[in-house]
Amino acid sequence: MAERSFKAEVEDLRLGDGQTFTGEGILAITKALLENGVGYVGGYQGAPISHLMDVLADAQDLMGELGVRFEANANEAAAAAMLAASVHYPIRGAVTFKGSVGVNVASDALANLASSGVNGGALVIVGEDYGEGSSIMQERSHAFAMKSQFWLLDPRPNLPSIVKAVGDGFELSEATNTPVMLMVRIRSCHVTGSFATRDNKRPPLTVREALSDPRRDFSRVVLPPMSYAHEQDKIKNRWPAAQRFITEHGLNELFGPADGKVGIVLQGGMYNGVIRALQRLGLANLHGDTDVPLYVMNVTYPIADQEFLKFCKDKKSVLIVEEGQPEFIEQGLSTILLRAGLPVKLHGKDTFPMAGEYTGQVMLEAIGAFLRQNAPDLLPAQVLAPNAAAPAIPDLSKTVPIRPPGFCTGCPERPIFAAMKLVEKELGRHQITADIGCHLFATLPPFEIGGSTMGYGLGPASNAAFDGGGERRPISIVGDGGFWHNGLSSSIGNMVFNKSDGVAIIVDNYYSAATGGQDVLSSRADNPTKSTHHPISRALKGIGVPWIRQIDRTYDVARMRDTLREALTTDAPGPRVIVASSECMLNRQRREKPLAAKAIKDGARVEVPRFGVDEAICTGDHACIRLSGCPSLGLKRLDDPLRDDPVASIDQSCVGCGNCGEVADAAVLCPSFYRADVIHNPGGAEGWWARMTARVIGWLMNRRAAGRLSFDGEAA
Amino acid sequence: MTIQESLAPRLSDNVRDERLGDIIKLAVLAVGGQGGGVLGGWIEALARANGYVAQATSVAGVAQRTGATVYYIEMAPRSDRAPVFSLMPAAGDVDIMVAAEMMEAGRAILRGFVTPDRTVLIASTHRALAVSEKMVPGDGIANADEVRAAIGVAAKQSVLFDMDRVAIENGSVISASLFGALAGSGALPFPRSAFEAAIRAGGKGVDASLRAFNAAADLAEAGSTPAYVAKGGAGAVAPDVPLRLAGAWAALQARLTALPEPVRDMARAGLQKVVDFQDPAYGGLYLDRLARVQAADSAAQDWALTREAAKYIANAMAYDDIIRVADLKTRASRFARIKGEMGVKDDKRLLALTEFFHPRAQEVAGMMPARMGARWQGDPKRMAQLDRWFDKGRRIRTHRMLPFLTLWFLGGMRGWRLKTLRHAQEVAHLEDWLALSLAEAPADYALAVEMIRCRRLIKGYSDTHTRGLGKFDRVMGMVPVLRGRADAADWLRRLREAALMDEEGKALDGAIATVRTFA
Repeated sequence: MAERSFKAEVEDLRLGDGQTFTGEGILAITKALLENGVGYVGGYQGAPISHLMDVLADAQDLMGELGVRFEANANEAAAAAMLAASVHYPIRGAVTFKGSVGVNVASDALANLASSGVNGGALVIVGEDYGEGSSIMQERSHAFAMKSQFWLLDPRPNLPSIVKAVGDGFELSEATNTPVMLMVRIRSCHVTGSFATRDNKRPPLTVREALSDPRRDFSRVVLPPMSYAHEQDKIKNRWPAAQRFITEHGLNELFGPADGKVGIVLQGGMYNGVIRALQRLGLANLHGDTDVPLYVMNVTYPIADQEFLKFCKDKKSVLIVEEGQPEFIEQGLSTILLRAGLPVKLHGKDTFPMAGEYTGQVMLEAIGAFLRQNAPDLLPAQVLAPNAAAPAIPDLSKTVPIRPPGFCTGCPERPIFAAMKLVEKELGRHQITADIGCHLFATLPPFEIGGSTMGYGLGPASNAAFDGGGERRPISIVGDGGFWHNGLSSSIGNMVFNKSDGVAIIVDNYYSAATGGQDVLSSRADNPTKSTHHPISRALKGIGVPWIRQIDRTYDVARMRDTLREALTTDAPGPRVIVASSECMLNRQRREKPLAAKAIKDGARVEVPRFGVDEAICTGDHACIRLSGCPSLGLKRLDDPLRDDPVASIDQSCVGCGNCGEVADAAVLCPSFYRADVIHNPGGAEGWWARMTARVIGWLMNRRAAGRLSFDGEAA
Repeated sequence: MTIQESLAPRLSDNVRDERLGDIIKLAVLAVGGQGGGVLGGWIEALARANGYVAQATSVAGVAQRTGATVYYIEMAPRSDRAPVFSLMPAAGDVDIMVAAEMMEAGRAILRGFVTPDRTVLIASTHRALAVSEKMVPGDGIANADEVRAAIGVAAKQSVLFDMDRVAIENGSVISASLFGALAGSGALPFPRSAFEAAIRAGGKGVDASLRAFNAAADLAEAGSTPAYVAKGGAGAVAPDVPLRLAGAWAALQARLTALPEPVRDMARAGLQKVVDFQDPAYGGLYLDRLARVQAADSAAQDWALTREAAKYIANAMAYDDIIRVADLKTRASRFARIKGEMGVKDDKRLLALTEFFHPRAQEVAGMMPARMGARWQGDPKRMAQLDRWFDKGRRIRTHRMLPFLTLWFLGGMRGWRLKTLRHAQEVAHLEDWLALSLAEAPADYALAVEMIRCRRLIKGYSDTHTRGLGKFDRVMGMVPVLRGRADAADWLRRLREAALMDEEGKALDGAIATVRTFA
């Protein structure tokens, strides 16, 4: 079960001709796919398109009615490979994953697909994870389009434009026998808005029907000599066809006056940012009407040479707004201008910063600088000479702490890393590699475990150089998501085959949790359309891991620590793999909390655990926090002149996972923690016995209190 | 829009479009998990239901996992053509900034989203501490006053109060009270009823949300920052005095009042702590020790040494042993406090308590009579034996009769305490430290004060306690090196502060190395 359900929103996907859809970008994309007669969809989750996968999963009933096949692919490579169906069959297919890392994984299949060429429209929807909120290295997916010769759409970030790009993408793909990549940025995926809907269309040929009439053609297979022909076909036929299609169908857009000595060329995705800068410079109105000519490239690859040259003709200078590096588009445009011999001054990365997101401030400064230099007459007087200097605002850069993402309250991965920290205190520091997933947060304080991340499912593989062993064994970590993504073969298979001396820890939280809690093979939930309940430990056994330990309650820190110590010290031949399993607390709470609340309301007996700290006993050393970092475990300043340091304090968001108590015990910290179980609706006998006990206990307490000086103030 | 259309509406002579001012730009800076998405949804629905077009964006992904995250909404009055909105807030171009936590308000200012010409800042003053603040062995909490001061300069108008508390008190979450504060601020051109309608339309937890919403909206409308006053401090509590001890207590009180005024408050707190720890006679011992310090001190120094000693002697005398922990855990006031915090107030709910103890050989030997304990502690075999018997985690269910009795009896061993090995060790340590510090006073008063303050380094239990003692020894060990220098006290303070910066003492190593370079 995914973290967020789109069951309600999915009903909007049934809207038809003449109606209006209002909602989020990803839903609009899904609707557009259905309106364009897509025959099959798939992909792999990952921000910012995780929700697109969730929407597709929740829309399976509707897609079933239309004869559309949905696959939750094993990884991005599998998703891209699925587009092979469009090579021979006139069926439109779409897959989605994140860029650039998902595209990296998919690139093998994408390159083959691009070489073969397609018959049915093939669309790859890439959520470009770049800029603020990104969780990956800062690169561009653009390079993949260039190297494999498939086309790249980067539509203006509003719902009508994105929806139109889906249809354009399919048509462009079919007109040029080339797969098309539709890029949407982080915020475009989640931007809200409206667009006019059309009826959903059943694919003219469904994948089910295609199976009745199989097709094959060896000229599409990537083998010599056909592969040489593919390359020539790309350049001689598909490329010019694409440029023709782009121009004839007006995929790129022009705004502003036709004349003008300066102009701006921009990626479609940059449009709103450019308009905002022009609005702030007094050169555009609320609706985006502007005094500056704009050439908006909704298709960023290939470049339509003639269109661009026409835009540049009679202009003195042109500014290119291209986010990210290297500046592929600017280089392309420079070559075109040079070859054409046009005397236009080209600005781009000389005015904009080469690296980093084009934020509002960057846009304002760069476009302002360009215009000041090249067309000062356009700018209003106030922009040219601002009135007053802004007052100096105190610098808070030393005050405000960084707040990177971390483990959620009650996360079952926290005790795993607390145990690792304890083992390292005993046995010394180890060589540790991390993977992709929530467990990567353990590389940050307070745990600081794991020094590298090489890719999804590659944690143990990235320790391969140390497989031969040494004084201390190398440790690697991989999540259940990464394990099934490709870790089983790339990481564990690699360890087994090379007789690794290392230790791998598989963090199994029952979901692909970091991407939003999607099910994986080892999920323990019943999923009506997917096959789950395949234990990781069985897969490990199957590929020959000699030493496997399954831990079914990660919160048992002492056991976790002891198992890890055993793995690091045993004489048994490696590799040694520990599967540490406990359900993602975010998902568990989402499922159980409403049920518990209802049961309490209905009068059933329910125990609700929560932890607390006795302030008088806590000495304010915060050792517990250095083994936890839980958001619900904070600090509190006491109103006591004798105390210097704030004490630990647990707020009401605590879910009673047990880590605090286990850590206090395993690390021999301090006795200030307590667990309070509130028993709702206790049974009659239970209540009676509790009252009797409380009476005796109360008598004992009062007896002692009566004999001493008491400063409690609040004593009963 | 086609190319032809776009040629027509040429903006006249660089005149800024007045309607651009109609765009309302609103950003929400929150910590993942605070319900920023819900708040964004309400604001968007509110705008659309009241004649505005609105566009919202957010950054999902891992930032939501307890990290800082931004939601951004733009809106403008609906017209025949669609406006072009930005997808992200820009520095110097935000009209309303909602910060769901005090340091996030600071972050908003830091990022330039709060400017005096336009920004209404709505911020909750509560703190959700970042890991970097919490993990410091000393006090690493960021200074909220600096943020408050910056808000005074950066914001055009601000609404500041503890919105988290308002939410909790009304059984809801902070998104509802932030929405209420937004309504009450009057920053959006919609009536309060429209806000309420947006919550109702949302359909989830409506009643609780509305309660928190209204409470926050009232506070914001009133315009005053409500002061939540914490319950009276330790110094203010009037004790319950049993008749039998009334005389002894009165005598202690008399000695307390005789102390110099600058010392009195601290000494009162200290006296209460040690009497609570042991008995009035122990309180007398505390005042005796304080008198020794006072004799070495003078009014000329404003009694700084005595005041600091009043604090740290009390802490040293009320050390953390098993008896104290068991005593504190079995008090009626504690049970009442926990019941209150957990909301156990009627017969439909019961409270079950589990304590986490992990005694080791050291603690057990510490409970033995001093000479016997010293013998055992000096014998590794016997200590190993004790570890075999006692060294394991014990979960004590204090709401049950037998486990409670175990702790209750332990807590009642105060009479035994003064004979124990632990007590002997604590007294020896205390006297050493006090004598060393007082000996320094005539030559370098300030250094003596700092030496007294070094007692702060000793805290915690088991390994933590050992580590604290180690740091204390290392810092105090630098006194001979620093002695005689004009800046000796200042350096000792720096060393102590360095010792509190990290667990392993890396900062302390660095500070000591620095001192060694010049002294």
